[in-house]
Amino acid sequence: MAERSFAREVQDLRLGAGEEFRGEGILAVTKALLQSGVGYVGGYQGAPISHLMDVLADAQDILTDLGVHFEACASEAAAASMLAASVMYPIRGAVTWKSTAGTNVACDALSNLASGGVTGGALIVIGEDYGEGSSIMQERTHAFAMKSQIWLLDPRPNLPSIVAAVEHGFALSETSSTPVMLELRIRACHVHGRFICKDNRASPFPLIRALNEPRRDTQRIVLPPASYAHEQEKVTKRWPAAVEYIRANGLNETFAGDIDDIGIILQGGMYNGVMRALALFGLADVWGETRVPLHVLNVTYPLIGDDLAAFCRGKRAVLVVEEGQPDFIEQALHAILRRADVPTKLAGKDALPMGGEYTPQVLVAGLRRFLEAHAPALLREARTPPSAAEVLADARVKALAQSVPPRPPSFCTGCPERPIFSALTLVQKELGEHHVAADIGCHLFSINPPFAIGTTTMGYGLGPSSAAAFQVKAEKRPIAVVGDGGFWHNGLATGISNAVFNKHDGVVLVVDNYYSAATGGQDIPSSRAENPSRSTKHPIEEAVRGVGGRWVRRIDRTYSVAKMRDALREALTTKAEGPKFVIASSECMLNRQRRERPAFQAAVKRGERRVKQRFGVDEDVCTGDHACIRLSGCPSLSVKDSGDPLKQDPVAAIDNSCVGCGNCGEVADAAVLCPSFYRADVVHNAGPWELWLTRLRTRLIGALAQRRDARRLELA
Amino acid sequence: MDGTVPMHEDRPIGVAIVAMGGQGGGVLADWIVALAEHAGWYAQSTSVPGVAQRTGATIYYVEMIRPRSGQMPVLSLMPVPGDVDVVIAAEMMEAGRAIQRGLVAPGRTTLIASTHRALAVTEKMQPGDGRADPAAVMTAARAMSRQFLAADMQAIAERAGSVISAALFGALAASAALPFRREAFEETVRVAGVGVEGSLRAFAAGFDAVIAPAANPAPSPEAPSVPQGGSDAQRADLARALQRLDAQFPAAAHAMLRHGLARLVDYQDTAYAHEYLDRVARIAALDDAAHDFALTTEAARQVAVAMSYDDVIRVADLKTRGSRRERVRTEVGARPEQPVGTTEFFHPRLEEVCATLPAGLGRAVEASPVLQRMVGAMFARGRRIRTDTLTGYVPLYLIAGLRSRRRTLLRHAREQAHLTEWLTLVEGRARDDYALALELLKCRRLVKGYSDTHARGVGKFGKVIGALSHLGGRADAADWIRRLREAALADEDGKMLDGALATVATLATVPTEIKETVR
Repeated sequence: MAERSFAREVQDLRLGAGEEFRGEGILAVTKALLQSGVGYVGGYQGAPISHLMDVLADAQDILTDLGVHFEACASEAAAASMLAASVMYPIRGAVTWKSTAGTNVACDALSNLASGGVTGGALIVIGEDYGEGSSIMQERTHAFAMKSQIWLLDPRPNLPSIVAAVEHGFALSETSSTPVMLELRIRACHVHGRFICKDNRASPFPLIRALNEPRRDTQRIVLPPASYAHEQEKVTKRWPAAVEYIRANGLNETFAGDIDDIGIILQGGMYNGVMRALALFGLADVWGETRVPLHVLNVTYPLIGDDLAAFCRGKRAVLVVEEGQPDFIEQALHAILRRADVPTKLAGKDALPMGGEYTPQVLVAGLRRFLEAHAPALLREARTPPSAAEVLADARVKALAQSVPPRPPSFCTGCPERPIFSALTLVQKELGEHHVAADIGCHLFSINPPFAIGTTTMGYGLGPSSAAAFQVKAEKRPIAVVGDGGFWHNGLATGISNAVFNKHDGVVLVVDNYYSAATGGQDIPSSRAENPSRSTKHPIEEAVRGVGGRWVRRIDRTYSVAKMRDALREALTTKAEGPKFVIASSECMLNRQRRERPAFQAAVKRGERRVKQRFGVDEDVCTGDHACIRLSGCPSLSVKDSGDPLKQDPVAAIDNSCVGCGNCGEVADAAVLCPSFYRADVVHNAGPWELWLTRLRTRLIGALAQRRDARRLELA
Repeated sequence: MDGTVPMHEDRPIGVAIVAMGGQGGGVLADWIVALAEHAGWYAQSTSVPGVAQRTGATIYYVEMIRPRSGQMPVLSLMPVPGDVDVVIAAEMMEAGRAIQRGLVAPGRTTLIASTHRALAVTEKMQPGDGRADPAAVMTAARAMSRQFLAADMQAIAERAGSVISAALFGALAASAALPFRREAFEETVRVAGVGVEGSLRAFAAGFDAVIAPAANPAPSPEAPSVPQGGSDAQRADLARALQRLDAQFPAAAHAMLRHGLARLVDYQDTAYAHEYLDRVARIAALDDAAHDFALTTEAARQVAVAMSYDDVIRVADLKTRGSRRERVRTEVGARPEQPVGTTEFFHPRLEEVCATLPAGLGRAVEASPVLQRMVGAMFARGRRIRTDTLTGYVPLYLIAGLRSRRRTLLRHAREQAHLTEWLTLVEGRARDDYALALELLKCRRLVKGYSDTHARGVGKFGKVIGALSHLGGRADAADWIRRLREAALADEDGKMLDGALATVATLATVPTEIKETVR
């Protein structure tokens, strides 16, 4: 189960014709899939498309009614392979993932799919994780679309345009026998907007029918000589068919303007930013009117040469707004204009930066440069857009650089992965620093303060294999980290099995928090939860042993820092041969709290005895060294003024957000730190015997304390 | 210009919310959207969730506009620097970050900020005080905004039993930056339907807090000056110490001395407090009004801390007091009668055990490998002590009772020797180099903590003081000691300190003639 419930959003998926949907972009896509008669949906979770997966996982009954098969695929490769169902059968299928990370994983299947071509519409919903908020390398999906000849849709970032792109995407795919990618940037996925719905419809060709009446055509299989024919087919049939559909249905949009000697060609996703930039110059308004003509590429691949040449013809200069690099569209446009013998000047990456997100601020600067060069008179008449330059040049604002601290993402309060890295820190204090190969997942936060552990990250589940070169005899062994998400995504084969087969000597630390936690807490094979639509509870340890792992230590409570430390120390020092696996398991605290907190409150309300734990610091015992924080970094463990003029440094303090995970006490203990921590067990609904005992204890202890306190001399 | 397309002047209202992941910025954005939509406006919000939201800095952006019939507005998915109407910061430094991003514009932007601090890891992990100063943010916020509304929204929300987003929503209503009435805001909270009562309380409190900001916090309490508890004779003795303090010491140091006196009486007894005054008096004799008696004041602080070294007895004493039980109960919000168990985490090492033995015995154990192994085995594991039970409380109570014997213990002998050596050094330097003596006093700040931490602190202290041998006679010796001390406080392992020491070592080895050439 995901960390967020989508019960309300599921109701939005039921909306019928004429009703208005209000909500997030990626959920509008989900609704659009159902309206398009999709037969099956798959994908791999990850921001910014996790919600598409999560809402469908919560919408099992709607899917059953429509006969839609939904899978939370093991990886993007598995998801892409699922589209094979649309090769022979007129069934629409959609898959989704975070790109380009996921597209990289999916490439093998995508290439094969694109070569043989499809019968039913095959739509790949791409969460383009680029710019602010992204968690991956900054690349473009565009290159993948071009290399495999998959059409790329990049609709304007409003819900009606996005929904239309889904519907046209399927039709375009079917008409041209080509898979289609629908690219949505981070903010477009999360944009709140509205559109008018249509009724959901079931796939006209049910999956069951395909199984009962199987079809085959060896011409669609990627094997010579068919593969040679596929390439010719791509060029001679599928491309022209796509161009025809795109033109006939007006997928790209031209917005006329009165200043018709210049123009802008832009990716659909850039539309709102470009319009805002124009509006700030007084050249457009908030209702979509523009004085500068725009040609909006809702389809960025293939480009329609004739349309582009026609838009440019008669203009002195045209600006291409194409986010990211390389500048594929701009380069193609140069060729298009050259071939069509159109003399229009083309501006693009000379006015705008080659790399990085095109924020409105960047677009304003780019537009200014374009106008300066090609329409200086217009620029003189235009308004001056607001600017923060003056504010940012102010000494008082510059001074902030000294005080505002960086705040990278980190482990949540009570995160079970924190004690793992506390333990690793303690082991490294004993045995020296080690080479640590990191992986993708929440555990990658170990690279940030206070732990600063981890050297490289090569991709999801690739931690163990990224330490492969270091499997040589040395005084110190390499350590590789892999999360449970990465383990099932890719790590079992490429990391675990690979390490066993190649007789690695290093340590593999498997961080098991019961979920694919970084992507929103989705279930995976080793999840402990009862999930009616999935088979869970497959222990990682069994998988490791199943592929030949022999030295395996399992820690079922990562908060036992001393045990964690001892297991890691043993793994690093044992004489045993072969890879040493340490599986560190404890449930993701976000998910645990989401489940336990309401249950706890309900039980207390029912009058059942419950104990709430939290930690505290005796501020008069704390000396303000903060060693505890250097081994923790928990958001609820902070520092505050001591209130004692003799104590200059702030003392540790634990705030109300503490969930009582126990790490503080364990670390103080394992690291031999200081006795200022205490754990408080607050008992709710104590029974009469317990209350009596407590009263008795309190009285006796109180008497002792009072005896001493009364005699204590004080200066008050 | 003929054929010009007429441009509408309508402008959306932009609201940026800057927060940390987990603060409920998304809830606040949803409320603002619902508020606008309920009023018949068109609203769009965006955010950048995902891993970036796990406790890191994040931003939500909302635009809203009164609709025109049949037309859909084109709204921005990102705030434009210099063009944002409202910025809501859910933490003080995040307000600073918003200003750094150019989101706050003078004459344009209403800036609503919670003044509380959620310290970043880099601020709180330093062995010293790594906290950034929010004053710079306050200054910039006032100067750069059209309207700056600030209050501790976190505290307000906690008092109301709710979350910060509700208090900030109240402040937004109070700012009148959006064209909606207070009732419409409250209705939005009600319709959302989660934790409505608490949210509305926090909303109202947030609203009031920025309309009528709370008065300045009470001034810091006076230094302690009234003897209490103990016998008549003890109080009289303490009163004499106070008289001595007033008579013998410069007024500038009185407050700090009183704090020191209070600490040491609490720590040991009045005789100990007199010893304290004796030690500080030797420093005061070298001090003068021209320096504002800085040396005396610093000695009053550092000597008190050094003399009240943290030992097992002290910890046991602090943890077995009646007031401590009450403080814990308040902190965890326990009702009267509600049982609260308290578990303490102790892990004394052999060193601490020996230090708590009478000096002779302690040294004997330290000298004997056999005894060391025996005692060491007894204390190899950490102890968890339940101080709410008699079996846990009584042993600690008895250890606290060792206070009267403290002067006979090994630790005391060592602390006294260390103290004397340090103060002798300070006194020796004070005559020739006042600034250096002051810096040497301040270095005692490095010694703190328990076990390893204490040992590391003593080690750093020794290294900094030891650098004097390279700095002898230099006019900038004080400055070097200050730099070394700051380096020692910057990280745990003393890497910065070692680097700085390496530099100091080169100062001494460079022959004078070369130094001349370099100049």
